[in-house]
Amino acid sequence: MFDHEQKLPVARLLFLQYLLLACFLGLGYGLWRLQILEQGAYQLMAEHNRIRSEPIPAPRGRFLDRFGHLIVDNYPSFSALLVPEQTKHLQRDLPRIADGLGMQLSDLQQTLAHFRGAPDYQPIIIKEDITQRDLAFIDAHRDDLPELETMTISRRLYPKNGFAAHVLGYVGEANEDDIRRMHVAPGTLVGKFGLEQYYNKILMGKDGMRQVVVDSRGHVVQEAATVEPVPGHDLQLTLDDNLQIAAEEAMGERPGAVVALNPQNGEVLAMVSRPTFDPNQFTGGISPEAWKKLITNPDNPMMNKAIQAQLAPGSTFKIIMSTAVLETGRGDQKVVCNGGAVFYGRYYKCWISARHQTHGLTDLHKAIAQSCDVFFYTLGNEMGINTIDKYADEAGIGQRTGIDLPHEFAGLMPSPAWKERRFHQEWWKGETISVAIGQGAIEVTPLQLARAVGGIVNGGVYFRPHLVLHPGEVPQPAHQKPLEVSYPLKPSTVSTILGGMRDVVQPGGTAASAELQGVDFGGKTGTAQTISNEKLQQIGMQHKFVDNAWFVGVYPLDHPQLVVVVLYQHGAEGYFAGRIAAQVIKAFVDEQHAAGGAEFAGGASGAAANGQAAARQPQPPHPAGGQGASVAQASGVEPPREVSKARGPNLALAQRQGGGN
Amino acid sequence: MRSAWRDFDWFLFALVLLVCAIGIVEIYSATLGTKFASVYIKQIYFLGAGLFLMAVFSRIDYKALLEVAPWLYVASVGALLTVLVVGRAIFHSRRWIPIGGAHLQVSEFVKLAIIIVVARFFAESKAPPGFGDVLRLGALVGVPMLLVLAEPDLGTTLTYAPIAVVGLLLGGLSWRRFGVLLLGFVLVLPLAWHHLHPYQKARLVSFVHPEADPLHSGYQVLQSKIAVGSGGLWGKGMAQGSQTRGEFLPVPQTDFIFAAFAEEHGFVGAIIVLALYFLILTRLIQGAQLAPDKGGGLLIMGLVAVLAFHILVNVGMVVGFMPVTGIPLPLMSSGGSSLLFCFAALGMVMNVRMRRFVN
Repeated sequence: MFDHEQKLPVARLLFLQYLLLACFLGLGYGLWRLQILEQGAYQLMAEHNRIRSEPIPAPRGRFLDRFGHLIVDNYPSFSALLVPEQTKHLQRDLPRIADGLGMQLSDLQQTLAHFRGAPDYQPIIIKEDITQRDLAFIDAHRDDLPELETMTISRRLYPKNGFAAHVLGYVGEANEDDIRRMHVAPGTLVGKFGLEQYYNKILMGKDGMRQVVVDSRGHVVQEAATVEPVPGHDLQLTLDDNLQIAAEEAMGERPGAVVALNPQNGEVLAMVSRPTFDPNQFTGGISPEAWKKLITNPDNPMMNKAIQAQLAPGSTFKIIMSTAVLETGRGDQKVVCNGGAVFYGRYYKCWISARHQTHGLTDLHKAIAQSCDVFFYTLGNEMGINTIDKYADEAGIGQRTGIDLPHEFAGLMPSPAWKERRFHQEWWKGETISVAIGQGAIEVTPLQLARAVGGIVNGGVYFRPHLVLHPGEVPQPAHQKPLEVSYPLKPSTVSTILGGMRDVVQPGGTAASAELQGVDFGGKTGTAQTISNEKLQQIGMQHKFVDNAWFVGVYPLDHPQLVVVVLYQHGAEGYFAGRIAAQVIKAFVDEQHAAGGAEFAGGASGAAANGQAAARQPQPPHPAGGQGASVAQASGVEPPREVSKARGPNLALAQRQGGGN
Repeated sequence: MRSAWRDFDWFLFALVLLVCAIGIVEIYSATLGTKFASVYIKQIYFLGAGLFLMAVFSRIDYKALLEVAPWLYVASVGALLTVLVVGRAIFHSRRWIPIGGAHLQVSEFVKLAIIIVVARFFAESKAPPGFGDVLRLGALVGVPMLLVLAEPDLGTTLTYAPIAVVGLLLGGLSWRRFGVLLLGFVLVLPLAWHHLHPYQKARLVSFVHPEADPLHSGYQVLQSKIAVGSGGLWGKGMAQGSQTRGEFLPVPQTDFIFAAFAEEHGFVGAIIVLALYFLILTRLIQGAQLAPDKGGGLLIMGLVAVLAFHILVNVGMVVGFMPVTGIPLPLMSSGGSSLLFCFAALGMVMNVRMRRFVN
């Protein structure tokens, strides 16, 4: 195909050769001019008038809660420096320095050995984040240990014990990629996780620059121009630290997540993920051992389960099913539950059959309160997967909520189209039966569930969950989802669902033990399988296969202002999650009482809430241990994401036999 | 293959290794006692990987590469689109793909594909190209350029252009048409100016008026000139450069490595390195002349175009002839992707040479 006879034109190659020669001669001339002709001038500039520019770091914006209480602040941290040229007796002084700063002499010598090739005037950091005692030691020996100096840098201080760690995130030194992408200097602190990462740009501010004149040895002899830094923007969050503390304490060390939000505007009041981690570990650069421990923990502390755990919702999905039932005019239907029913040649149990009972004649109200599986099997089968999909899609199941946090996961709403795309198989009608009780391929994140149920009890008006109190004041990404989406529901739909949810926490309901005396709240339990029964029989029971417990709580029942979703992984029974949610709701009720019943959402409670500030020292629970086990494995170096548990080639997972309560 | 290693260009290989060795020593010297102190070791590993890659490419028949050029092109555009669209989400970057602990820059490998595509473009045509061919070639090379520009990476974008220009020149575009193109280019320049990022404009402005912004871009150019100038005839000696050691010189191990070298080894050292580069380029051009066919010759000249552009722009920047563009000095600057590209391309060149009598 190619013409082998043809060669390159020799004249033009020669032309290029001479062009190159000319260019190289030009470069040679440039070197000649600088290094020979003007060498004296540059020598002088290098020796005498050296202008060095040093960055002045901009203070990073702080995080405040909705009442203006400080959550994340910067604090000045001192480092001990050693300048070898300032003494003649460095070796003699070393033992005293090591002793005075509480260091091992060998460590100190090793640090110095590392910088052996560096010039004498270059300061060496020998200890970071030194204590008051160290500072006093350096101060006291200004005269006899002149080689010691201190340097102040601003460090990030996060709440202790991993309080809200997954929401706040952490900062770290910019890596090679950050440097190129954000045009920051090496060593700059940038957000690596959570809000610190999402709002990095506005939190960072703009570094200033100080121009100093130094002499031939690198000493500053004079300050020249200064460009002041522009401090980063403080962020006031929607978080309510009372509720956050209540949620942290209620979860204890149980693996899972809590999300509390106001369904009327999408403000996230609390978000917890367990196990947690200590962001303060990262501020000075995390040790490889500590990092390895974090990412190899099977419970995955580096994953924000509130937005990244994608799990079957179990019976909490019946709330979304109920909207489909009511909006398609099937609200009056009744089903007889005999502890199970046959669909497409297969027997599907109701959870109550495990107690050797039946639900008998069941209407929608009872089906929500007592979580009757047979009712939703039957109605789900009658409505079909496409109707279920329509209402699930409207409620945002299987879609990212668009919260202002990085790396949110979307979950999954199965549909015939999805199955065709993913497996090239036709939808099997038996799968609809499983989906009707929130099992099968369906996966939600806790935040997604909170947004969905919040939107439903809000009459079909769904708000984008967000964490910044005044989103208008900070630049948001251009592709941001709309704040408000509306798929109006009939008032009777909403009231019927709320009525059923009320009786869930009353005697006879599935979470009677979560009842709070005198508090008008409701909820829905969910107990979701993590593995199919067939598989379970093959492998045998292990803790990591114990069912996940879910609870969605709403308060008050008249125009709910609070939705709480609790995911308690391997919690076995939905009502265990219900008790956790009840504690968060109680904290909310108490706060409203303390604020004199003022309208919560308005923020008018600020003054009253400030009065409590003294009693509001964050005392979150102990750092998470390796309790429990999970299928998920951490991987990669960046903050890991959870490997989905329910997802797998095994669609037979759908065959739930114990039902969810 | 017959006579495999006899026709291997050992002279060229020795020149290249010598420049690499000088580069590694300079990286070591410039980073001694800083937090980048171990970078030179990384560079040695990359050199090893590069040699392996060169050996692999020298065994691949270059005609087979020309044959699959359209597929390489599609794969390149696909890869660039992928890093651009999903790179941030998956790899946390728009231009790097992490492989085995190293970050590889996609656009460097696309460069290799473009060399092959341009060679194929002209290898097939017998008639001298007209303006229609210019437009087709412009579109062919323009698409990946735009994708890289969107990353945004102006420096690498520019390095694609010389491949096309040299291709047109050797493909037989008449001088008259060449002149018309040049004129058109000059007229379009002000338009391009509007599409630059503010920091890129700042670099250009400070190049013309360094005193306007002594703290940022102008500062870098000035410090680089001071480093080179104060080196004098013989230089200050290894690891003795006050500009480099005092951290006046920005990133002395990458973009400003020639300044660091010129400071430490003076005019004599700098001229020797320039001469080595010139010898490498000359040797490559000879190779292109001896190539069995047009396609092979154009492959070699594509590499010549890239290398020459890098060297002229980088050294030009260091001596103050050119603005700061962030283009590294090939074979010497620290950085794995650029080194791997160079050796892969060299392997290709070796193959062309080894096949010159095979037809």
